Amino acid sequence: MKPVPFREVLEKKDFIVTVEVAPQKGTNTGKAISHINLLKDRVDALNVTDNQSSVMRYPSVGMCLLIKENGGEPVMQATCRDKNRLAIQADLLFASSRGINNVLCLTGDAIDVGDHTQAKPVFELDSVQLINLVNTLNSGKDMAGNELNGKTDFCIGASATPSSDPVEPQLLKFRKKVHQGISFVQTQAVYDIDELKRFIEYARKLDGGMKILAGIVPVISARMAEYMNANVPGIFVPDTLITELKNTPKGEGIKKGIEIAARFIRQIKDEKVCDGVHIMFIGREERIPEILEASGLWA
Amino acid sequence: MIVAERKPFEEIWNMISHYNRILVLGCGTCVTICWAGGEKEVGILASQLKIAGEKNNELIITESVPERQCEIEMIQELKDKEGNIDAILSMGCGAGVQTVAGIFTDIPVFPALNTTFLGMPEAEGLWVEMCSACGDCYLAYTGGICPVTRCGKGLLNGPCGGTRKGGKCEIDPEKDCAWVLIYRRLEKLSMLDLMEQYREPKNYRAVKRPGIIRATAR
Repeated sequence: MKPVPFREVLEKKDFIVTVEVAPQKGTNTGKAISHINLLKDRVDALNVTDNQSSVMRYPSVGMCLLIKENGGEPVMQATCRDKNRLAIQADLLFASSRGINNVLCLTGDAIDVGDHTQAKPVFELDSVQLINLVNTLNSGKDMAGNELNGKTDFCIGASATPSSDPVEPQLLKFRKKVHQGISFVQTQAVYDIDELKRFIEYARKLDGGMKILAGIVPVISARMAEYMNANVPGIFVPDTLITELKNTPKGEGIKKGIEIAARFIRQIKDEKVCDGVHIMFIGREERIPEILEASGLWA
Repeated sequence: MIVAERKPFEEIWNMISHYNRILVLGCGTCVTICWAGGEKEVGILASQLKIAGEKNNELIITESVPERQCEIEMIQELKDKEGNIDAILSMGCGAGVQTVAGIFTDIPVFPALNTTFLGMPEAEGLWVEMCSACGDCYLAYTGGICPVTRCGKGLLNGPCGGTRKGGKCEIDPEKDCAWVLIYRRLEKLSMLDLMEQYREPKNYRAVKRPGIIRATAR
């Protein structure tokens, strides 16, 4: 079955579901392919991370190709951390030439959090400039104004952090992303429906026409929630969820996390809070189908 | 000012231990202010070298602290010492070390400091980086706070998603997110429209490295 281009999905589908998959460190693609085959027909697109958490891995474009080869629809995540403008443009031309037509434009995590902490952080562009750059390639020109022999046709996405504190500078930057022209947004993990609603209300007013997918990261223990609240920027797990996790019998944390995630997804869908969800369950991709089933999204 | 830190003694000793007549050369300007290479630090390092080399009867440590190591004239004045020394241990910044090496052509010059950044003293014993010498100053748009230097990623259009609670930096929770500082300052000055404007990708060749500026008139 040929996958529906993500651009069409964004236009036509009422509730869009994407998931995140992470490439392996090394050349063995077996596990990646099994994740792709497990998920490709159940979701609208698979995002592939780009040296996620600044940990060196198989490239995003490589796993996007595996997704194409196996009949799925990839979203290539592109960060500004590791490449200058020549390298980023060259990568995008290559991806486009091989039918990878969706790109999520990100700044990228700091080098310091990864496994090559002495590397030179590039960040020659920022995410707003990267969105501008992809639109420029789509128009048939490169960043220096030269004509391209064959232009790209990317469907462009951006991220957002609705739970940031303070949120105003983040919203200002988000506005700049929207003004550059994006088709979809995949947010950082959100757990508080009111917070999500406030962000969606704000984003709708910007009138960018983009579809917004709420970020879902299952929390599988109270300890994880507390750790995330203390250490992971832009994430806030409310106390009610932490209490619920604390009251979960030992060994049932993952089950509980899946249940909470599914409940939140159902609420978003039933209340039509936004246009869909983006599920990130890195390291536990094989359990994503349980979330889809429990939230009624397993077609 | 230029801020520097002294290298660990072991590293310095490994560079210099097989020389007998060593000139420890400080600098009276930036590195004096940042407690890295002034008269006091030259004296301390000289003492450490003497203790480490106490078994070497031929070891002669001399000290000198010109006003500025990066000025040819001020270093030229020391040139007559060259015949009496085997090596120079510079406690200047990288520019100082190279100025000295350019004048003392017949003996090796070693750096005792790591030059770290352009900054200013924020409190007693605390220096912070302020400028990257990028050759294309953005401070007019950012409330006088440099995002190129003080944002851990050098971003130009606002904060990354990594801003921690309370406006701290993803890279170091002790440090403020430069973009939160910029936002607050521009807000106070009613100049937030400057942050709303799209900033084009930076010209990273505003200074062609290595940089040279030739004055056409004075």
